[in-house]
Amino acid sequence: MAKAILVDTTKCTACRACQVACKQWNQLPATVTGFGGTYENPPDFRGSYTRVLFSESVKDGEVRWNFAKTQCMHCTDAACAMVCPTGAIRKSEFGTTVIDAAKCIGCNYCIANCTFGVIYFDRALNRARKCDMCYDRMSNGKTPACAKACLTGCLQFGERSEILAKAQAAVAAAKNRGLAGAQVYGQTEVGGLGWIYVLKDAPAAYRLPAAPEPPVTARFWQALFQPARIVAGLAILFGLWSNRKHSADLAPAPEGTATGAGRAISAGK
Amino acid sequence: MTNHWVDLRNTDCALILGANAAENHPMSFKWLLRARETRGAKIISVDPRFTRTSAVSDLYAPLRPGTDIAFVGGMINYALENRLYHEEYVREYTNASYIISSAYSYEDGLFSGYDAAKRAYDKNQWAYEMDAAGIPRRDKTLSNPRCVFQLLKKHFARYDAETVSSITGCPKDKFLAVASAFGTTGAVDKAGTILYAMGTTQHTVGTQNVRAFAVLQLLLGNIGRPGGGIQAMRGESNVQGSTDAALLFHLLPGYLKVPASDMPDLATYLDKTTPKTADPDSVNYWKNTPKFTVSLLKAWFGEAATAENEFGYQWLPKVHAGRNHSHIAIFEAMYEGQIKGLILMGQNPAVGGPNANKERKALARLDWMVAVDIFETDTSVFWKGPGVDPKTIQTEVFLLPAAASTEKEGSVSNSARWMQWRYVAAPPPGEAKPDLDIIDMLYKKVKGLYAGSTDPKDQGLLSLTWDYGSHPDPHRVAKEMNGYDLVTGKLLVNFTKLMDDGATSCGNWVYSGCYTGDGNMSARRDASDPSGLGITPKWAWAWPVNRRTVYNRCSADPKGQPWDPERAPFRWDAATGAWVSFDVPDFVATVPPEKSAASPFIMRVEGVGCLFSRELNEGPFPEHYEPWETPVANGMSSQNINPAVKFWGEADNAKGDKAQYPLIGTTYRVTEHWQAGSMTRNCPWLAEAMPEMFVELSPQLAQQKGISSGETVKVVGARGEVLAKACVTSRFAPFNVEGQTCHVIGLPWHFGYNGYVTGGPDKKRSYAANQLTAHIGDANTTIPEYKVFLCDLRKVT
Ligand code: SF4
Ligand code: SF4
Ligand code: SF4
Repeated sequence: MAKAILVDTTKCTACRACQVACKQWNQLPATVTGFGGTYENPPDFRGSYTRVLFSESVKDGEVRWNFAKTQCMHCTDAACAMVCPTGAIRKSEFGTTVIDAAKCIGCNYCIANCTFGVIYFDRALNRARKCDMCYDRMSNGKTPACAKACLTGCLQFGERSEILAKAQAAVAAAKNRGLAGAQVYGQTEVGGLGWIYVLKDAPAAYRLPAAPEPPVTARFWQALFQPARIVAGLAILFGLWSNRKHSADLAPAPEGTATGAGRAISAGK
Repeated sequence: MTNHWVDLRNTDCALILGANAAENHPMSFKWLLRARETRGAKIISVDPRFTRTSAVSDLYAPLRPGTDIAFVGGMINYALENRLYHEEYVREYTNASYIISSAYSYEDGLFSGYDAAKRAYDKNQWAYEMDAAGIPRRDKTLSNPRCVFQLLKKHFARYDAETVSSITGCPKDKFLAVASAFGTTGAVDKAGTILYAMGTTQHTVGTQNVRAFAVLQLLLGNIGRPGGGIQAMRGESNVQGSTDAALLFHLLPGYLKVPASDMPDLATYLDKTTPKTADPDSVNYWKNTPKFTVSLLKAWFGEAATAENEFGYQWLPKVHAGRNHSHIAIFEAMYEGQIKGLILMGQNPAVGGPNANKERKALARLDWMVAVDIFETDTSVFWKGPGVDPKTIQTEVFLLPAAASTEKEGSVSNSARWMQWRYVAAPPPGEAKPDLDIIDMLYKKVKGLYAGSTDPKDQGLLSLTWDYGSHPDPHRVAKEMNGYDLVTGKLLVNFTKLMDDGATSCGNWVYSGCYTGDGNMSARRDASDPSGLGITPKWAWAWPVNRRTVYNRCSADPKGQPWDPERAPFRWDAATGAWVSFDVPDFVATVPPEKSAASPFIMRVEGVGCLFSRELNEGPFPEHYEPWETPVANGMSSQNINPAVKFWGEADNAKGDKAQYPLIGTTYRVTEHWQAGSMTRNCPWLAEAMPEMFVELSPQLAQQKGISSGETVKVVGARGEVLAKACVTSRFAPFNVEGQTCHVIGLPWHFGYNGYVTGGPDKKRSYAANQLTAHIGDANTTIPEYKVFLCDLRKVT
């Protein structure tokens, strides 16, 4: 059965317990950061599976400070899986997107094509890494670490159908409280996401892409190569090229600048 | 807290003022959001800056730092003018009807009885008028011009919306939105709660800020009720427990007063510290002070404490009457060279102390210092801190490694007064030891040094009971706090069994009942909730006597019927002639409800809640005064600063002037760090999320100063300066105060100069915000005024 995690941003206090719990469970070392002008840190996904975005805006003279936890969205139409030349990225029995570390050759193509820009390349291990929705915990009947740590009820783990129903109810309640722009995000986007968001406002107010789509290149490569499962040699050659491209792509983005379609969730305020 | 964390889910409206609950008390939001979801509760955030709390609240209103009394005073006036108050509650459960002596008056910032030379009041001028029998005179029609209610109305009528807006800088419509939203909880069946923390207390008027909450909540009938009350959210996990155990200089365990030089014997001590009343209706529970005191002495001195030797009273050290020994006073004395040795347990004043530059100088005047902590704190290396040449420091410094909370067994008392037992999750590393072990070793060593002494002054030290085992056992400590029947040797059921003749012992009367013949109550983990209100009486244990909400007689009307039938911890059942109770009654439950209704505040000598109080040093009603450093004149009176505040040594404590330092600075914490940071700055995952010192400022001020986000800037004040990264944000906005623009900037106070991260890239610098704060404190508690100071902001070129 497909699983999902609710992100009800009307309840997120940006405490970042989720961000730290993820690092702890997955034993990801802390990166060295600096204060870049906002509370948001680390500034990108290099070395991290999840980041809480802090998005500040002023609307009708009122300050808005929106918080959204972001990570691999576990897209149904997963661009990363489409382009993976070795078949290392697959959909699990929970509907989540997982990377088989043994099969990952570090070609970086998933990173270049990820719809949300949330995969990073671990140079030490020479492989692509991202949130796997705590596959190890889930397959042992446990709640993913971040959802377990969240104390406000913002993150809730469950069957996707149940989570969708909760999201609809939360949107209705938010509208009742006068948040006219409240909406569900993730129900149909990219074929349906594994994280269902309740937003108070348009996705842009959270720096989420309004209409996320896998890059055209992903569909192209999928059609061209994947049925044949290309040979490793070709993949490595391809990987070397892509690796270079990736290094350029993930340079920290200056404040408020978008860094291309694949970098939808980027550094900023 | 009058209530408890889970009870927040029962509220109709939560006012968060002087606190940033979502960031610093995250668990509060689990229950506040539950209240919003299930009851449609409104959450209000009032704060100088738009915080993470404001972001999840329904209503936000800004106020200039240090103007809380003006704001809350305005809310009091609004509730009175619009008759939003809970009339029956006010008449029956507060001192609204009490007549005040004709000596009382108020004029232009001063109450009657002020002595300018002493900067103190003669509080006798604020007394109740008594009848011939010595019972306060009352007018239950509340119309007598000298009754508390009329005096209250008169006092707060001055706090109209325009004046409030002009002083606080809060736009009038925002203020009125808050006053009316929270005012709705004055309806008989509604309850509102106030959550506060250090934003309320860390002011020269900190205690009166809390008093203002008390007045408002009594008026709206919100004390003692589910979803109501005043919640002091404590800043550390066991600060409640350590306060209960006499952390503060003026107290003995269980809030007994510390013996002073004007209490030469036990009889005088008991006479001076036991409140008395002639009113037969008042329960006046503190009348039991002799029982609490003698049982405490029996716990400390055991068989050596006898009636003949005043139970060892003479062995207790006495403070000089009227002398202050709070944090600022200790560091002033250290600075003057009067204190030679210092033991710091889990404290980091080189970062967390007010006027940290002065406090670091004071440390250097010690002969020796011992720091007991889980990391090498900034204070423990003050001798090689920024700008210090170790060769010039004579202080001998010891660092004792302590066990972390997860490495030792014992109890922690949360803000809700719940004592919860904890266990060892992992053994401490290396030579690290629990605090209890360290104190045990220290005592045994010192006792050894005095062995055989016949000097009378040493007999107290030598007579101390210390039967915690060869390796100290926290269970034995908890049992000592609970107390024993010394005749049978059995653990006491609770403090109602205490005696003043030496037949019982009790190490802390408020904790009596925590560890009884039935076992360790604080270790209970049964979350059943018969009330449906989240009372869970079998989960851990709450002082006093497992009572979850105090003053709870006020949850029902004088006839014993709940104000709101949906939220009824108590209901008098006339048929059976008994109360149906879901919490432990805070009243005599064996008498008819009309009788207990006459004394619903059993710890008050008058038995009722005090709208007017003689307890505090600067007046019976809260009154707005400006902070010590302020850019404006007081808009309420010609008294600029709290008339009862004490001024400390001027050396290294210069007062800033607005001409040189035009900006208002304030300090606070962030979710990711803990206090002075020695724990969290050494945790890389947290350091990653909040790595550096920053200063928040409005876009308007940034533009004026030519500063942009992410730039390094210097914050300068009269006592020091600190480097920080600029955070230009619309969450800060200028205030319009009395026609002029006031800019506020804010800094987190977690950073320093030692640890995995210090606050900036240059490890030779200090990034402690408290280099800007001053040695000036509240007129009652002396808590430092961390929350307001003057400063300026400079670009670093
Ligand atoms: S733990 Fe929950 S409330 Fe905290 S930041 Fe994460 S999602 Fe938000
Ligand atoms: S978010 Fe990126 S990594 Fe995750 S499933 Fe979608 S495309 Fe793949
Ligand atoms: S589901 Fe697991 S891996 Fe994914 S963000 Fe949460 S904790 Fe990290």
